[in-house]
Amino acid sequence: MMKLAQWLWGLAILGSTWPALTTGALGLELSLSFQEVLWPLPAYLLVSAGCYALGTVGYCVATFHDCEDAARELQSQIQEARADLARRGLRF
Amino acid sequence: MASLEVSGSPPRSRRELEVRSTLQDKYSVLLPTYNERENLPLIVWLLVKSFSESGINYEIIIIDDGSPDGTRDVAEQLEKIYGSDRILLRPREKKLGLGTAYIHGMKHATGNYIIIMDADLSHHPKFIPEFIRKQKEGNFDIVSGTRYKGNGGVYGWDLKRKIISRGANFLTQILLRPGASDLTGSFRLYRKEVLEKLIEKCVSKGYVFQMEMIVRARQLNYTIGEVPISFVDRVYGESKLGGNEIVSFLRGLLTLFATT
Repeated sequence: MMKLAQWLWGLAILGSTWPALTTGALGLELSLSFQEVLWPLPAYLLVSAGCYALGTVGYCVATFHDCEDAARELQSQIQEARADLARRGLRF
Repeated sequence: MASLEVSGSPPRSRRELEVRSTLQDKYSVLLPTYNERENLPLIVWLLVKSFSESGINYEIIIIDDGSPDGTRDVAEQLEKIYGSDRILLRPREKKLGLGTAYIHGMKHATGNYIIIMDADLSHHPKFIPEFIRKQKEGNFDIVSGTRYKGNGGVYGWDLKRKIISRGANFLTQILLRPGASDLTGSFRLYRKEVLEKLIEKCVSKGYVFQMEMIVRARQLNYTIGEVPISFVDRVYGESKLGGNEIVSFLRGLLTLFATT
C-alpha cells in the first residue's frame, strides 16, 4: 500500500489545508495578497503539473536517441555470423 | 599475484577484469525462446564472440517452450558446435510463462551471475562486458540496461511508439519512483541469489513482471546500476503495440502502485 498510501496522505493534507485556509476556519487573519494567491492555487498547480508532464514527455521523445549505427553494425554482424556458422556446419 | 582475492575495488584494466572474472565468476545467460529458429544461431554466435573476446567464463542456457518451427533442432546443432559445457539445452513441452522459464533455467545454472535478455537480437551481447564492469565497479546486485539514459536508445520505432514509450515511462517514474530509468527493459544482470529471491516474490506476467522485479528489488534494498544500451527493434513492424497491451500495462502499473 506504500505508494498509493503516500499519495493519499499527501492529497489529504493538501485537501484539508487549502479549504481550512481559504474559508478562514482556522481563524487566522491572512493578508489580502496572500489570499489572492491561495485561492486559485489548486487550479494553478494542476495546470502546471499538466504542462510539466507534457513538456517532459515531449522533451524525452525529441531527444530519444536513434541508434542507426547499432542497426548497421548488427546487420553486418549477422552476415558474418551466418558465414561463420555455415562453415562450422550449421544447417539453417 | 596478490590481487586475485576479492578486493572490492574497481578493476584497473580490461586485463584485470578478465583475470578476476575467469578465476572467480561465471555468467549464465538465460535465453527463453519461442519460434526463434532464425535468430537463435545469431544471438548465440554474438554471445560466444563477446564472451570469448573478453575472456569471461560463461554458459548459455536455452529454454525452448516446444517451438513448432524447429528452434530445438537448431539449438541441438549449436550445442554440437560449441560444446555442451557452453550451450545447455533445457527445453519445456509447451509455452509457459517467462517467470517459470527463468526458474527452470536457474535450476541448471552453474554460474554465480545470471544474465537475462531477449533472443530476438534486440539486445546486443556486446553490452554484457559493460554490465559486468559496472557490476564490479559498484558491487551492484543488479545491473539494468537502459534505453532512456546516457547514449542508450532505440532503432526502428516511429514517433507514435516513442511517445507511448516515453509517456509510459514518465507515468511509471511519477507513480513508482523506482530509482531506475528503464523499468520495462529486460536486458539485465543479476546475482544468482538475488534473482532467485525476486522471482519468488513477483506475481505479475509479461513486461509488468520485469517492472515488478525492479520495484521489489528496491523494497528489499538491493542496489541497482545502469548501463545505456541500444535496442534494435526488428520485430516492431510486424507486431504493433496495440490497445490491449497498453491496457494491461496500465493495469499492471496501477496494481504495483497500490501494492508496493
